[in-house]
Amino acid sequence: MLLLGIGAITGCSTVPKQQKEIIPAQRTLNKNDDDTYPLRIYDPLERFNRGVYKFNAKFDQFVFLPAVQVYEFIIPEIAQTGINNFFSNLSELTNLTNSILQLKPKSSAYAVSRFLINSTAGIGGLWDHASAWGIHRHPEDFGQTLGHYGVGNGPYLVLPVLGPMNTRDGAGRLVDSLAYGAVFYWQAFNLNSHRGAGSAFAATRAVNTRKQIEFRYYQSGSPFEYDLIRYLYTQKRKLEIAK
Amino acid sequence: MMSKRLACIFLMLVLTGINKISLAYGYPITDPFEASVLGTPKELKAKMPDKIDIKTQQIKVFEDRITPAVFWYNENLTFTMATQEGAAPLIFIIAGTGSNSNSPKADALLRIFYQAGFHVVALGSPTHPNFIVSASTNSVPGNIQEDSEDLYNVMQLIWKNIRNDVTVTEFYLTGYSLGGAQSAFISKLDEKRRIFDFSKVLMINPPVNLYNSVNILDDLLISNVPGGLDNIDEFITETMDQFSAFYSSGNFIDTDEEFLYEAFKQFKADQKKLAAVIGISFRISAAEMYFTSDVVNNEGYIVPKNLVLTSTSSLTDYMIVSLRISFADYFNEYFYPYFQARQSDLNKQALIARTSLESIEDYLTSSKKIGLVTNQDDFILAPGEIDYLKRVFKSRAKIYPNGGHCGNMDYKENAAYMVDFFNN
Repeated sequence: MLLLGIGAITGCSTVPKQQKEIIPAQRTLNKNDDDTYPLRIYDPLERFNRGVYKFNAKFDQFVFLPAVQVYEFIIPEIAQTGINNFFSNLSELTNLTNSILQLKPKSSAYAVSRFLINSTAGIGGLWDHASAWGIHRHPEDFGQTLGHYGVGNGPYLVLPVLGPMNTRDGAGRLVDSLAYGAVFYWQAFNLNSHRGAGSAFAATRAVNTRKQIEFRYYQSGSPFEYDLIRYLYTQKRKLEIAK
Repeated sequence: MMSKRLACIFLMLVLTGINKISLAYGYPITDPFEASVLGTPKELKAKMPDKIDIKTQQIKVFEDRITPAVFWYNENLTFTMATQEGAAPLIFIIAGTGSNSNSPKADALLRIFYQAGFHVVALGSPTHPNFIVSASTNSVPGNIQEDSEDLYNVMQLIWKNIRNDVTVTEFYLTGYSLGGAQSAFISKLDEKRRIFDFSKVLMINPPVNLYNSVNILDDLLISNVPGGLDNIDEFITETMDQFSAFYSSGNFIDTDEEFLYEAFKQFKADQKKLAAVIGISFRISAAEMYFTSDVVNNEGYIVPKNLVLTSTSSLTDYMIVSLRISFADYFNEYFYPYFQARQSDLNKQALIARTSLESIEDYLTSSKKIGLVTNQDDFILAPGEIDYLKRVFKSRAKIYPNGGHCGNMDYKENAAYMVDFFNN
């Protein structure tokens, strides 16, 4: 009784915590539902990740998606396509470096051809003639390169704004964006000395990226969305690395 | 003798001719499971507008309801709406089991009826987590009468909110699958309360007895998994791997029943798996429903009683447990005890009977405004149920020879029939 009383006081002094006695559920796990169960993904930071997942949903709702809407309202559709092609063309740099690192001559040749064709005939990348000619994108990133050489997933991660990934792919993205920044911000466009232009470039790139992804947080309404996304993401990367 | 033989041949020709006419239905997929998974080939779909202003709206149904923290995103009910500029009839659409108002099937119906010139409001199913959390009175879905009351309540709320913005000439009501059965129950409710006074109601591929239909869907999984239920984890992994292949090839991602269908459509399924896959997609929806209901009611079935889950709690273990619950288990261990606790003399048979169209048979027989569209090979119907529908609805039943469960809903001929039904 005394213990309960203390529990109630300490409980009230902070967040309203568990007050009633917890009774085990009627249905429980089987003995063999251990780490090998297919839908389990290594996720030691799960609490943090779920918190960020919720943050991202809110960020999407109040910042990202409204920005996409404004963008779609202001910019004519043909220009939106041009902008997407433009950023897609720049990302051939990432595809190229990682194709070379993985010793993939075909993907490397595709990346080079696409960049050359679209930068010239496609006028600075605004038109994607290469795809029309059957030279399609072969996306490669540093996470895939690491995976290609046998680096495992590491813990699952959900990062603010960036969304679901794992530790390996997070490190990969950092490397890719450093290279991207070094080439485009500092060298090609000299955005580092034009702060305004640099911010506009980064913002447009972010909005364009979000626009391309159909996913909407909690649109499924499923209580298991986090788990299903975690599983699907892991499967998706497995396939991309194998590709 | 000769003339008799000629007469016989003539008769045969006539009969085969007639047979041909009745087979002249052009929906191409004859396997019911394949039809249900693949739907209608693109070129045979009804013409639908690409660009319509579909609004996704949210509404708070119970002002004083406290939503469990873990379901913060389902606090309000989501519905979708597309309205015409001028005066027009307003049609309500009710989605099927486990589906939200923006599911591909509900969306197809919305576009078909919008194209026909109606204002359209689409509602999610009372079995979808969003509805269970935000709009269900007892949050134990499956009791059609109570679920239909909840839907009726929501329809009134929505109408109250939009009545100043749209000019409505009359009200129509439709729904597919479980939503089809609910349409009939709602229509019956409305006969007394007269809020909408529906002029036409169309049931699309409804179950006759919900209990039978759910058991059939559940059996699709149990009896089609290679090696039986003990291998269900492996089977799910293997199938999920195939879905993942689809996921990696596109950027479509959603986790409801119809996402799985969409996925399969893309990479032409292994035929043998179709039935089990329908079973799995149903099982995922069911697991979401069981878990959600249990948490909202603190029943201690899947989640320990009195344990408070937050938005950062891991739900993985509960998902694994929920996925393993069969419908028979759910009915016996959760659904029936819940209602029995509120009415001690309720036996199982009586509860099952309540979820059947037979419980409102007199109304269905006499009410000429209700129509029915279904398929001869709809596998959610138990033996004898298709004949039951023919008997009850007579000339108001339109029964296509093939199409499985809802596979042919947006086939052009079906769409034309549905629109005509309301226009005439």
